[in-house]
Amino acid sequence: MPDNLITYRECIKQAIREALLGDERVFMMGEDVGRYGGAFAVSKNLLQEFGPERIMDTPLSEAGFVGAGIGAALGGMRPIVEIMTVNFSLLALDQIANNAATLLHMSGGQFNVPLVIRMSAGIGRQLAAQHSHSWEPLFAHLPGLRVLSAGTHEDARYMLAPALLDPDPVIIFEYTSLLNLENKLPENTGSIDISKAKVRREGKDISIITYGTGVYKSLEAATELAASGIDAEVVDLRILRPLDEETIIASVAETHRALIVEDASKSVSISSEVSARIMERCFYELDAPVKRLCGAEVPIPYPKHLEDAAVPQPAQIVSSIKNILQHA
Amino acid sequence: MAQEPATAKPLTREQAQKLLYQMVLIRKFEEMSAEMYTKTKIRGFLHLYIGEEAVAVGVMQSLGTEDNVLCTYREHGHALVRGLDPKIIMAEMYGKQEGCSRGRGGSMHLFDAKTRFYGGNAIVAGHLAMAVGMALADKKMKRNGLTCCFFGEGAIAEGAFHEAMNLAALWQVPVLFVCENNFYAMGTALRYTHAQTDLTLKGAAYGIASAAVDGMDLLAVMQAADTASDTVRNTGKPYLLVCNTYRFRAHSMFDAELYREKSEVEEWKKRDPIPGFYNYLMLQQLLTADDFKAMEIQAENEVQEAVDFAETCSWEPVEELTKYTYSENAS
Repeated sequence: MPDNLITYRECIKQAIREALLGDERVFMMGEDVGRYGGAFAVSKNLLQEFGPERIMDTPLSEAGFVGAGIGAALGGMRPIVEIMTVNFSLLALDQIANNAATLLHMSGGQFNVPLVIRMSAGIGRQLAAQHSHSWEPLFAHLPGLRVLSAGTHEDARYMLAPALLDPDPVIIFEYTSLLNLENKLPENTGSIDISKAKVRREGKDISIITYGTGVYKSLEAATELAASGIDAEVVDLRILRPLDEETIIASVAETHRALIVEDASKSVSISSEVSARIMERCFYELDAPVKRLCGAEVPIPYPKHLEDAAVPQPAQIVSSIKNILQHA
Repeated sequence: MAQEPATAKPLTREQAQKLLYQMVLIRKFEEMSAEMYTKTKIRGFLHLYIGEEAVAVGVMQSLGTEDNVLCTYREHGHALVRGLDPKIIMAEMYGKQEGCSRGRGGSMHLFDAKTRFYGGNAIVAGHLAMAVGMALADKKMKRNGLTCCFFGEGAIAEGAFHEAMNLAALWQVPVLFVCENNFYAMGTALRYTHAQTDLTLKGAAYGIASAAVDGMDLLAVMQAADTASDTVRNTGKPYLLVCNTYRFRAHSMFDAELYREKSEVEEWKKRDPIPGFYNYLMLQQLLTADDFKAMEIQAENEVQEAVDFAETCSWEPVEELTKYTYSENAS
């Protein structure tokens, strides 16, 4: 590809390939990951390269293969379990919430579960209410899980390795709307710290705190705002549980204003949590009330114009920020 | 009366008495647990295994130290036979930090890494897929162990059972599924919960070798479990063993037992596995009445020591509340 451009899809694939090459305990399983090549073609040709022992096609049996992933992790393997879409993860929610998240605790520290679950999520491909959602908040609610959100090519490429090194269950949200998007990978990124949020753009006027598909949208808005002389900082939360409170607070303490952007519907969301933490930790640093731009309170609709209206768009980020600064 | 199967190796006096002792120890331990529950030393849910002892004791004889064991929330007996010290089990039920799960689990969540005892799982059928995964890991790592997964017949109505059976058969992994059929899913009888009450057919539907055995007959369970375990070890494939048994006590300490006739319970008590095996051993001259008396005293002492130990154990400091949520804090 020209200029070292790489698709988000290829980033995920390279990460999986690297994991399989680097550790023989790693194997991947999920629906259609092998012969079909992955529902979104993420694992295309990996079966041919690594064979059926390491790229395992599973039946349509989310509770079964997620449970089996937990068991295999207990047994010393390092499974990567792919769930085709976030909606289907609810069929395995018992395994994730009652087993993966609790075994270490219930066993008094004896049995950790080094499992990675990847799931396609997000909104924007007209897949309607049973194939698109931003359900990060559901999982971020559960103690015992580490919940990651790969909002950039960098994270799609480099999050998996540290996730596999984590002794506890990690859920990685990937975004179908980004799969075909090309971008450059930053140089010198060998491994990333999955306990830290990342400032994607530095700025002094306002902190846009976001994650997932909000990251590129916020960067786009920040570029547009720069033309109007507004210098916005973009904080990619990247890890939704446990939250990296320090990076959030440090940013807000510098800019004194915050807009939180997410595709998830507003009520009981990641933004609710981040907003509350800002109030608790640095209320007196604020020059304006914290604002939120979130998904509408609606199951995701099919028609494009309604789907677009269901989640924040860059133009709304721009106008919200102008509004906040105007009234500051 | 239990008839010693022709193919089984004759029991030595020592083996025979050890088996009986294991059943007696479970019975005494559980009776004491009930007593400690009424004294509010043990709280939460407490599910007693009394009446079903021959299943855990019989099946566990066919397992080795390299095998994994997963159980339900009615698992004190399994933990005892697997070799957990009664002291740390009782301490766990007290919620003390010297307990086998550091008090974090209680009666329903006994865990022990040393004996490969993976709970104590209280979501019905929630541990079956985990068992499949553990066996898958053994297969991938070319280890010899099998994974033995106990569950009740209530679990068979769950979708999770069918997903686990399909995966186990599809992947050909060494899991011994042991269905402890006590005929009641909490308070609802088998005939009201299953369209097909021959539970072995549920395994057969997945091409899994399946058998049923009288779970009140220790020797029959042992022989069936030997056959089942040997099959799993020799073929690397799963096996479903249905042990028909009966719970003499209520489902839990909150159960008024409105769903079954007292006469039914009395009928099953005639088949109590402990007197059954006692009579057999007396007949075979492998036990004397004095032996049994000594055995009961020994078990009572062991249980009393467990209670005394639990009483002296300590509460985990509240400052450690979130300690075992993530591994980085758990050391």
